Amino acid sequence: MSRTARNLLLTVVVIALLYGVDYLFANGIGGFGISPFHRRIIMLSGIAITLAVSLNLIIGYTGQFSLGHAGFMAVGAYAGAYFTVNYGERLAQGLGGATVGWVIVLGLATLIGALAAAIAGLVVGVPSLRLKGDYLAIVTLGFAQIIVVLINNIDAVGGARGFSGIPIVKSFFWIYLVAVATIVIVHNITNSAFGRALISIREDELAAEAMGVNTTRYKVMAFVISSAMAGAAGVLFAHFDGYLNPKSFEFLKSVEILIMVILGGLGSIVGSILGAVALTILPEALRGLAEYRMIIYSLLLIILMIMRPQGLLGGLNPFKGWRARRQAKTRTEAEEITAEDTRGPISVDKEGTGTHR
Amino acid sequence: MGTFLQQLINGISLGSIYALIALGYTMVYGVLKLINFAHGDVFMVGAFMGYYLANGIGVRAAQGLGINPGSGGFGRLISNGLVGGGEPSLINALLIMLLAMLICALLGMLIERLAYRPVRKYSRLTALITAIGVSLLLENGGQWLFGADPKPFPQLIASRNIQLPGGAVITNQDLIVLIIAIILMVALQFVVYRTKTGKAMRAVSFNLQSAKLMGINTDLIISLTFALGSALAAAAGVLVAIRIPRIDPLMGILVGLKAFVAAVLGGIGNIPGAVLGGMLIGITETMIVGYGQYVGVSPTYRDAVAFVILILILIFRPTGLMGSVAQEKV
Repeated sequence: MSRTARNLLLTVVVIALLYGVDYLFANGIGGFGISPFHRRIIMLSGIAITLAVSLNLIIGYTGQFSLGHAGFMAVGAYAGAYFTVNYGERLAQGLGGATVGWVIVLGLATLIGALAAAIAGLVVGVPSLRLKGDYLAIVTLGFAQIIVVLINNIDAVGGARGFSGIPIVKSFFWIYLVAVATIVIVHNITNSAFGRALISIREDELAAEAMGVNTTRYKVMAFVISSAMAGAAGVLFAHFDGYLNPKSFEFLKSVEILIMVILGGLGSIVGSILGAVALTILPEALRGLAEYRMIIYSLLLIILMIMRPQGLLGGLNPFKGWRARRQAKTRTEAEEITAEDTRGPISVDKEGTGTHR
Repeated sequence: MGTFLQQLINGISLGSIYALIALGYTMVYGVLKLINFAHGDVFMVGAFMGYYLANGIGVRAAQGLGINPGSGGFGRLISNGLVGGGEPSLINALLIMLLAMLICALLGMLIERLAYRPVRKYSRLTALITAIGVSLLLENGGQWLFGADPKPFPQLIASRNIQLPGGAVITNQDLIVLIIAIILMVALQFVVYRTKTGKAMRAVSFNLQSAKLMGINTDLIISLTFALGSALAAAAGVLVAIRIPRIDPLMGILVGLKAFVAAVLGGIGNIPGAVLGGMLIGITETMIVGYGQYVGVSPTYRDAVAFVILILILIFRPTGLMGSVAQEKV
């Protein structure tokens, strides 16, 4: 089977699977429904996974420290919600009635939100990614702050009162389709030439530039892709509760996403997924300790940085199993042999310096 | 004209507070190349220390700690504080500020020793994340320890208006805040440029490895830098509380961020730059609130001003107004 055909088949299987689970989710399995509480956690986990994996692309793989992920999420959320509030109803009716129509409309809104966030990412990224060092952290942080202030002042989306009346579409299908797409895209990027360029920037920006990597361009591309994903997650979040408040996109939200990524491990997709799920479940599990939750988080973060700065799964990649490792091993062995063959045995002259004949 | 002068005075007064906090950011960045996110929260702790020094921790809390409020001077001091509902006086205010500075200097050294020093050997990203962790810890620990609701700060100095030529009015509190801030800045300038410790600080900031080779105890100098910066932040905390007598555990976030922007604006690592940056941000913010409506900018945008300035400065002059271009060494 050709590569394209295989990928196409896989895509169809994944979509069918998600749709099936979506159906079971809504209708229960043989009389055993999933409680609304668990359904809520599962869906919020999906949104968190998208946010964490996309942030990992910037921080973990490209080594650029962004503190404004919630800002891009907000851009997407408000853009998508504005679309559905103003055009959703009519479109859904036109697209074959209530349920099916809304699913399509939500997909459209997600695209619009992603696009809006991507544009915001481009606007922020181009000037700030030219700079090296910690400036990106500050600019993204400032940008997220500006976004919140702007939203507070736009009356069309409710301003500081919050944006209410957003149609509620709790779609397992879209949430996990976006999550899976994010995972696949980030995984594929990191295993491509583009991804190797990003990793080279992370390891040593100056050396990467010397090797001919257009660092600014690659950084901006990664940044825009990641922002778009955050925007898509924002749209899904907006339609999950049907209400948006500018306050929920402040600095603390960005930090929360950051903790998911770091807890799981920088540059580890599986780590980000686990971190996202853990940080969605933990607040519920620690309900009794709600007062101390953030204190525990912050202590955890400091201790983790001191004990294991790369995160729990950082530097490990369970996707790359023994096969990849064995391939790598045989390759090095082969290289050693050829190297010896071409250079010949080493001769040592009187001074003791070894040279190849 | 009168209102303009008034806005300018308000702006300078606010700016001097930003400047005091920005100094701590710039000094720590100078020696460690670390954005000390926790600095804004040390400022908050400073304000709360001022609160407890003035009011005491209360009779019941003191009894809880096993201190008898009735037993002489010490017990009364712990439970009722220095002011203890008595007459406001400048001497008390100064004493409270100095003690708060001392406590926060120790806090700053403690933070550096426990959180930042262990991660110094790792990448700068690790240090930055640790700083965010410390910041969150202080904010949430503060909410738990001090209570999340805003507290009224006791009046340390009786408010009085002073008429200025040109129709502007300045309160004696504003004036005292401004004078104390200037004295502290001059004192810092003296420490950094005229003492041996200051020389060592500048050496560490120039090149940590070489400074170490020259026999400078770099760990001690870094620790002292944190102490100095934190003391200034604590002073700013008490001064802010004197001007705006409402303090809460999250008050340091936004002020801290703006002060950091001030440090970047002036050229990070540059001490006079931090003062200039702080003043500029303070004045711009006040002017937006005062005159923004005439050009269609609502006063609610005041919190965005600093960040817009930041983005502009990073596009057009990334080294800041007074920063020098450093060539990256390989």
